[in-house]
Amino acid sequence: MKLLDCPINGTRPISEFVFGGEFRTMPDPGQCSDKAWADYVYNRNGAPGVKMEWWLHSPSGTWFIAERNTLTDEVLRSFLPGKEVAE
Amino acid sequence: MSTRLPQQAGEWIDREQPLRFSFEGREYAAFEGDTITSALWANGEKALGRSFKYHRPRGILSFANHDINVMVTDGVDTNIRGDVVKVRDGMQLHAVNTSGGVKKDRNRYLDAISALLPVGFYYKAFHTPRQLFPFWENIVRKAAGLGIVNFSFPRITKPKLHRFCNLLVVGAGPAGMAAALAAAEAGLQVFLVDENSELGGSLGYDHAAGSESRMLLADYLHRISNQPNITVFREAYAGAYYTDHLVPVVQSSGITKVRAGSVIVASGAFEQPPVFRNNDLPGVMLGSAAQRLIRRYAIRPFEQGVVLTANTYGYRVALDLIAAGVKILAVVDLRAGGESGNLHDQVAAHGIAIHRGSCVYEAKPAADKLSVAAAVICAYDEQTNSADTRNAFEIPCDGIAMSAGWAGASGLLYQAGTKMRYDDSVQQFIPDNLPEGVFAAGKVNGVFDLQARIDDGVRAAHLALRHLGKPAQDIRAPVHTGSSPSHPYPFVPHAKGKNFVDFDEDLSLKDFSNAAQEGFNNIELMKRFTTVGMGPSQGKHSNMNAIRILAKIRGLPVDKVGTTTSRPFFHPTPIGHLAGRSFHPHRQTAMHTWHKNTGAVFTAVGAWLRPAYYQTAGRSKAENIQQEVLAVRHHAGLIDSSTLGKIEICGPDAAVFLERFYTGSFASQPAGHSRYALLLDESGVIVDDGVVARLSPELFYATTSTANAAAVFREMQRWQQIWQLDIGLVNVTGAYAAMNLAGPQAQAILSKLCPLDLCDTGFPVGAVRETQIQGMAVRIIRVAFVANLAYEIHTSASDAQPLWQAITAAGSPLGLRPFGTEAQRLLRLEMGHLIVGHDTDGLTNPYEIGAEWAIKMEKDFFIGKRSLQIIQKKALKKRLVPFMLANPVSSEMPQECNLVIAGNEIAGRITSIAVSPSCSQTIGLAFVAPELGTPGTHFRIRTDSGAMVEAVVMTIPFISAKEES
Repeated sequence: MKLLDCPINGTRPISEFVFGGEFRTMPDPGQCSDKAWADYVYNRNGAPGVKMEWWLHSPSGTWFIAERNTLTDEVLRSFLPGKEVAE
Repeated sequence: MSTRLPQQAGEWIDREQPLRFSFEGREYAAFEGDTITSALWANGEKALGRSFKYHRPRGILSFANHDINVMVTDGVDTNIRGDVVKVRDGMQLHAVNTSGGVKKDRNRYLDAISALLPVGFYYKAFHTPRQLFPFWENIVRKAAGLGIVNFSFPRITKPKLHRFCNLLVVGAGPAGMAAALAAAEAGLQVFLVDENSELGGSLGYDHAAGSESRMLLADYLHRISNQPNITVFREAYAGAYYTDHLVPVVQSSGITKVRAGSVIVASGAFEQPPVFRNNDLPGVMLGSAAQRLIRRYAIRPFEQGVVLTANTYGYRVALDLIAAGVKILAVVDLRAGGESGNLHDQVAAHGIAIHRGSCVYEAKPAADKLSVAAAVICAYDEQTNSADTRNAFEIPCDGIAMSAGWAGASGLLYQAGTKMRYDDSVQQFIPDNLPEGVFAAGKVNGVFDLQARIDDGVRAAHLALRHLGKPAQDIRAPVHTGSSPSHPYPFVPHAKGKNFVDFDEDLSLKDFSNAAQEGFNNIELMKRFTTVGMGPSQGKHSNMNAIRILAKIRGLPVDKVGTTTSRPFFHPTPIGHLAGRSFHPHRQTAMHTWHKNTGAVFTAVGAWLRPAYYQTAGRSKAENIQQEVLAVRHHAGLIDSSTLGKIEICGPDAAVFLERFYTGSFASQPAGHSRYALLLDESGVIVDDGVVARLSPELFYATTSTANAAAVFREMQRWQQIWQLDIGLVNVTGAYAAMNLAGPQAQAILSKLCPLDLCDTGFPVGAVRETQIQGMAVRIIRVAFVANLAYEIHTSASDAQPLWQAITAAGSPLGLRPFGTEAQRLLRLEMGHLIVGHDTDGLTNPYEIGAEWAIKMEKDFFIGKRSLQIIQKKALKKRLVPFMLANPVSSEMPQECNLVIAGNEIAGRITSIAVSPSCSQTIGLAFVAPELGTPGTHFRIRTDSGAMVEAVVMTIPFISAKEES
């Protein structure tokens, strides 16, 4: 079983985490075209590689972003949204 | 006839503790510490089992659980591995897979007709006619196979433990012990795991008649027992390797899931049988098996015999056999060059004939076919792998020890993702590229010299230290010198076959060439067609030979043939070890005991148990539900709605948060009022609905549906992580209980209990009040979900049952009844309310359910708004409408999910339907094409049987206020 680093609670077994899908930056809803919005809502990149993903540490309710290589299942880093620069 | 040797140092049996057991109906004596196999062998029994397919007699091969020649049953448990399971006093054992006992097995005739039963015969022979296949299958299954499962096997739950260490060392041979000591002395917490009951590995039995190994082992055992940083797991095997160094360690008592910082695999190597005719006769055994018999259990493996070898190890075996009093009649060395050096000279000094460039052409059985009687020896050409029988001669003997090579016990390494390569200097697959934190040492790493294995263990320990960030030395990997420990192709062809490669599955050399001829000449295909390595020992003694054969057939280097996938577990692990405890947790509301005592029939709603209805004496389920509905319509009802999700949102930005999260408007919401809350996802699809009550300017209390309570709270947490607003979120779903008091008498009942002004102006629909009932703090929301007059009363879980009882007591004189979820579904349908997730699906947008009123598009942002802007531009595809059946149902009631048909096209489906006791009509909700949505429009429903039923679109609520009285 994998281990995952929660930015708040440290290294915990994967059974404590819930996958929250790929992290994507929302386009400005006031400015973007319908097409750009539909792309944001519906299209996911299925090709394996390094991805930003939402993960929830369920017991503590901590949502964070993990950068993971979905081909090798290697987690490169994890951080709270907005705290990336501070890393 | 006992073959037990005099007492010797280091033996695993306790001669002070004799015991008795029976095998196949006969009584035998043994000592505490004996395995089933050793006890029988000590008593002179050699035919200990029957083979899987041909029912050939089998004895000891590896004596290490690398084969399953000896599998027994005690009547309860089956497929007990005789080689490694200790015998207990009073055991009554029988061999598995025999018909009439191991010696007189009635199925032994199958060996004589084996030519008719090649690999895959049943695929072909019984393919047609198909009707007869079950008949043949029944016969084949009975004749072939393993033990019979006893279905009244007692259920023994085995605990699963979790333990943690810096370093896990798999295998306590010289390399493993050296690694564990070096790491422990450097301060690491080390777990040392070995499947045997004593530590030491080959140090305990491979002595070559010397005392060096024994002294070294004594020293190691002393140091390990005095090393507090080492925890030893005996009779425990590392069953598998999972990501991030999680290794289940399996013992008879259960599984310990060990999470290690680093893993050293020092699991050694499996000795591989050379292949010649009748190499499976009882008495023909691997050299290491003979050594184990001698040193662990003080048993002379046989009286006089031959050693067949192709490496230095065979000479060590010969010396150990001589020391145990076996008369060695010949050492037969496949290699043209034979052996040279000290060990060879020691064997020769005993006056033993050494035949180099020779092979055992075949083993000849005794008259009863239950043991070996002679070895036929002749010249062998290593280049062409052929025997030259012109000068063949026979040596009468009762045993043959074989040592021709090894295969690394690399299962865990493969599972960890190790890239292996075939090393020609040792003729073995060894690790080439190891994953991070995983290290290999000893024979599994292709290191065979004793001192080199110890050095290799220390080297691995330092690599582990470095991996864990501790000071470590650079130690060079030992390089193999001298002859190869494994022969590249130890096969002796024989015209009559019966030269076995896989003893589990009765596969002989020609089965492989046949498979290749039929086109199964890729290792994975060959495995599946021949079933090599698919028996209970999982190829431990056969996979390497199968790869060698295929490489030879295809003229490829071994490297290019590849290996099959290694999967957990290392040994078959009982299901009882893996199984969970059938533990299904339920959540009970605070009023559960009351419901139970009042005849509630419970239904599972997610993890919750809710009363479906209350059973009263002499009434059917339907009657009870109907009575509950009518009570709510005409008097009052009380339902436990504690399972609703309940979330508190507090702080200066609480209204801002809710404005973004839900579709409605909350900034303008006055304290003391509640509003409908509709949650969409980013694509504009309805996810959940509930009520948001504003208790004070900075405190909101939101409810969600039961099913989505956890998911909605998680989404709130996620968006808060993005928005970073000044709020706090508290999930109080479990901390608060809720109950819904509904019906025309609800106001009268509540007025008896609390001082609030309950008139329609003082407490209108949607208002929320905080007050006390008999000293218990409550939040009351006036809702209209199941009835026009209803109060949702929330209180702390600890006050819930007294509050429930207080309301019941106050309401009973006015006709109050408790009601369950069944009645609730009917009541809300009569009111015309939909249930998200029941009447909507994963594609439903708010326009399709007519919820435009709940959407505040003028807000800057809410989740799903941008998508609704796109959806708004498109034509509506379907609409949820209330309907009533045009005529009373005569025969078949339409069901939920029945289709709405217009012309010959599907125009929608029923989402809810029920007979309403209040308005005596069949009412429901249905998705229909927009053009069918106007009240008064007729449409047709196709029932399960295909009959068409007429329905008419209505307006809601189905019941009018006058029907409530």
